Amino acid sequence: MRGIVKSLATTMSTFIRGPVTRGYPSKHRELPERDRAFPLLLWDKDIDEPFCTGCHACERACPVECMTVLMKDNPSHESQDGNSKRRKIVDEFWIDYGRCMRCNICVEVCNFEAIAMNNTWSGHETSVYDRSDLVMDLPQLMAQSKSDEIQEWVAD
Amino acid sequence: MVVESTPGFETQDLLINVGPQHPSTHGVFRMVLEVDGEIVKDLVPHIGYLHRGAEKLCENNDFRQGVGYMDRTEYLASHNAELSYVMAVEALAELEVPERAQWIRMILCELNRLSSHFMFLGAFGVDVGVFGTPFIYAWREREAIIDLFEEISGDRMMYAYFRAGGLAWEVPGNFEERVREVLVSTRQGMKDFDNLLTRNEIFLARTKNVGIISAEDAVELGMSGPTLRASGVSLDIRKAEPYMYYDQIDFDVPVGTNGDVFDRYLVRLKEMEQSVHIIEQCLARLDDGPIMPERMPRMLRLPEDQEIYVRTEAPRGEYGIYLVSKGGNKPWRLKVRSACLSNLQALKKMSVGQYVADAIIILGSIDIVLSEVDR
Repeated sequence: MRGIVKSLATTMSTFIRGPVTRGYPSKHRELPERDRAFPLLLWDKDIDEPFCTGCHACERACPVECMTVLMKDNPSHESQDGNSKRRKIVDEFWIDYGRCMRCNICVEVCNFEAIAMNNTWSGHETSVYDRSDLVMDLPQLMAQSKSDEIQEWVAD
Repeated sequence: MVVESTPGFETQDLLINVGPQHPSTHGVFRMVLEVDGEIVKDLVPHIGYLHRGAEKLCENNDFRQGVGYMDRTEYLASHNAELSYVMAVEALAELEVPERAQWIRMILCELNRLSSHFMFLGAFGVDVGVFGTPFIYAWREREAIIDLFEEISGDRMMYAYFRAGGLAWEVPGNFEERVREVLVSTRQGMKDFDNLLTRNEIFLARTKNVGIISAEDAVELGMSGPTLRASGVSLDIRKAEPYMYYDQIDFDVPVGTNGDVFDRYLVRLKEMEQSVHIIEQCLARLDDGPIMPERMPRMLRLPEDQEIYVRTEAPRGEYGIYLVSKGGNKPWRLKVRSACLSNLQALKKMSVGQYVADAIIILGSIDIVLSEVDR
């Protein structure tokens, strides 16, 4: 009997402790700086083109082969009377978020700091009705990184 | 307690299927019970529902990529699973891991042991029938630990934080104080559990002398970890074959006496106290320094025709990696020695002759992770 009374006393003692739950869908907790959602490509605001040169480094390092990259000659390179120093630039880029296992290896191997793991809530809440909607192409990836949230974070 | 059926009464045995999708099977595990009344006569476990071929996948991935797959073999103690893998690679590549990286690894592994055991305490409480209270208490404490892991590695369960040679990146600046903060809440949580369950008469009546396995049987079945130590065998790989800096750390190995379900619970609870003790000592020894060895090659390659078996003490027992290298940047063969699979072999021996309701808590007391059993 004493043990049960002690158990109940433990339960009672939690009444005076503060709540630990968070009202999730309506309230979001602050995510840590290193939080990893899904990878996205970053946008070079100064030159108005992606940082990515389509060098295939991330594609080769990806353990689950969720990326496909195509490269092209940069039309706005200096030799073409443009203002960019990148001779080659990404043409097409697909990331299958359904396959990605969020291991951060693509970010580690990137030589141009062109790819980053999204660390915002919008990166986590990506539910869709159709699985094929999780395959992101270049315009979709760029739209993500052009959002104010990500631009602020990149500026830091 | 072995219960005999009433003599002189014609009965027929009944087959009951539990699982694979059942709240009490802790994952996709199926067991077929042959019952006489309420007493289990035979038990056939069926595994393999979660087989993803992680070992084979690792053979097609280099040593950095393989770490991510190790997380997924033991999702409740990913740091411990990664540790075995990177230690096997380091031993073959003859890499010298910097001191700071080793201490951080030890802290993270012990924290992971705490979070994994909290998970056990909560889920076990539900199995026994104390629905809700211990489960939510355990979750509260586990959440604090997992939040810390998220701040360090960026993910809540699949950390991918250890690398052959050291760590993927440096821990945040406030690492030490955050760990100390978490230890405070962990201690409170352990005290709560001690008060809530250890001397609770209902809990004792439900768990004492249930699912007994003797030390000899446990050793013969290849059991390891807390499930083995509950039977009175004091075998802890951290003590028996110290890896990292466990030989410089002072800690005890809690051992049970009876080998019943209650002992398996108590051994885990006591082990958590030791883990807190170990983390405190590690924090005191933590020093500044590099976290990766100098001159790490961009792509790690192993020498030809080498093989190694590395074992570490994961929360569920001996987590071993057998790695065969034939040169190149990928393992030629990788075998995961899973503690849960061996511990599961004892299920039949423990359950036969017990009530059906007890078979459920016996399964819970082994604390299996099905992704580790099936890989």
